[in-house]
Amino acid sequence: MSESTPEATSPVRLVVTAIAWLWVLVPFLYGVWQLLIKVVPLFSR
Amino acid sequence: MPAAGFLDRSRIVAPPGWSRWLIPPAALSIHLAIGQAYAWSVFKDPLSATMLKGSSWSGTLSALPFTLGIVMLGVSAALFGTAVDHRGPRWAMVVATACFSAGFLISAAGVALGQFWLVIVGYGFVGGIGLGIGYISPVSTLIKWFPDRPGMATGIAIMGFGGGALIASPWSSSMLSAFGATGPNAAPGGIAKTFLIMGIGYAIFMSMGWLLIRVPADGWRPAGWDPASVRERPLVSTANVSAKNAVKTPQFWLLWVVLCFNVTAGIGILERAAPLYQDFFRDEAPAKTLATIAAGFVAILSLANMLGRFVWSSTSDLIGRKNIYRIYLGVGAVLYLVLLFVGNVNKALFLICAMLILSFYGAGFATVPAYLRDLFGTYEVGAIHGRLLTAWSVAGVLGPIIVDALADRQKAAGLSGPVLYTFSFDIMIALLIVGFICNELIKPVDPKFHEPVSGNLASAGRAE
Repeated sequence: MSESTPEATSPVRLVVTAIAWLWVLVPFLYGVWQLLIKVVPLFSR
Repeated sequence: MPAAGFLDRSRIVAPPGWSRWLIPPAALSIHLAIGQAYAWSVFKDPLSATMLKGSSWSGTLSALPFTLGIVMLGVSAALFGTAVDHRGPRWAMVVATACFSAGFLISAAGVALGQFWLVIVGYGFVGGIGLGIGYISPVSTLIKWFPDRPGMATGIAIMGFGGGALIASPWSSSMLSAFGATGPNAAPGGIAKTFLIMGIGYAIFMSMGWLLIRVPADGWRPAGWDPASVRERPLVSTANVSAKNAVKTPQFWLLWVVLCFNVTAGIGILERAAPLYQDFFRDEAPAKTLATIAAGFVAILSLANMLGRFVWSSTSDLIGRKNIYRIYLGVGAVLYLVLLFVGNVNKALFLICAMLILSFYGAGFATVPAYLRDLFGTYEVGAIHGRLLTAWSVAGVLGPIIVDALADRQKAAGLSGPVLYTFSFDIMIALLIVGFICNELIKPVDPKFHEPVSGNLASAGRAE
């Protein structure tokens, strides 16, 4: 038995997809930003 | 509803219309969390200044939870790989979440009670099991959802493992600082609070993975994709090989050597990145400034490591797995040669070479599941992948030993600068050439190892 899920064209599915990607991208971009801050001194001279 | 039912593979078969683009974030929520392992070093100084204060072995002891965790990653991936394939990704992700989070909670209790062995057992043993099961949990599912782009799909997830430390390192550092667990007068309670919050935080973060993960229904395929296009490519099989049989094939062991030596070549630089930069460019700035610049070098290598996982693994979908490993190993050997000749004369060239080497290192991890799919099919690719990860454990010991031991010996002989690394880079070049030859020797698997086509694969629900 499969769990009920939104259909392909459903706006609910689009919202779920957007939340899922934001869930992982927000912390990921925070990590990349912190990393770029550290990289700056390498090119500052 | 019984708990086992919720975790069962049959409960997560995707209905028509389910978007396969929900699967990469589900996988990423697991890999971004367990990638925290590479940020363990943040806890070393606080632990040395508190629980291990006064111990002459504090450096070694504070690294023990991480070391055991990486060993358990390889062991549990190899041991539980078959269970992951049979029980399905939701079961695997729930187990990984429980173990990984419990590792932090046990460690928090260990610090609060002043029992360091609990930190080793918690983070290293229990958390390490979570690392291994979590690492392989989404791989075969991603390959089944993206038969047209398996390299890209596994590249996204395994890039997450590379990116996990980028999140964990500043996050845990800021918590340790806020709870007064830094500096010579660090409070052990601050470390315990940090572990506690991380355990709860990761449990919540990873839950998105097991709530969202789905396996494709039998016979599902992406719109517009023709399975016949797979058969047209050399070295790509539509047959299936069990994990038990895969380890009997020369292809498995050739790929084991390829992965082991590719990882060894990268880890040698990665593990010693900061001192390596300072040895190469010691005249660039005063020692204190040089340390900050070297930290930037470590950061840019991490970025290359992470991006290489996605970029090169995705490229492998276009040019083929064997060709992409020719680049990792062949061009990697040439880049080490350039580093030997250029030394510290040209910083830009040094950075480009080091970044490319590290991008190939990360890409080697990310591309290997798709290479396994090509050779052994999707039947038990997760279990085969788990067994192959023992190559990582060996490389994790081999790489640092080669670079550290040889550099220290040269230093003891009174040498300094790039010459410290001449011999170890020579060895890396030799290893990459051996890996290149092994990759050339990989041929399609003998049909005698294939599973019967009309067997129980479909009914077992493993050959979606």
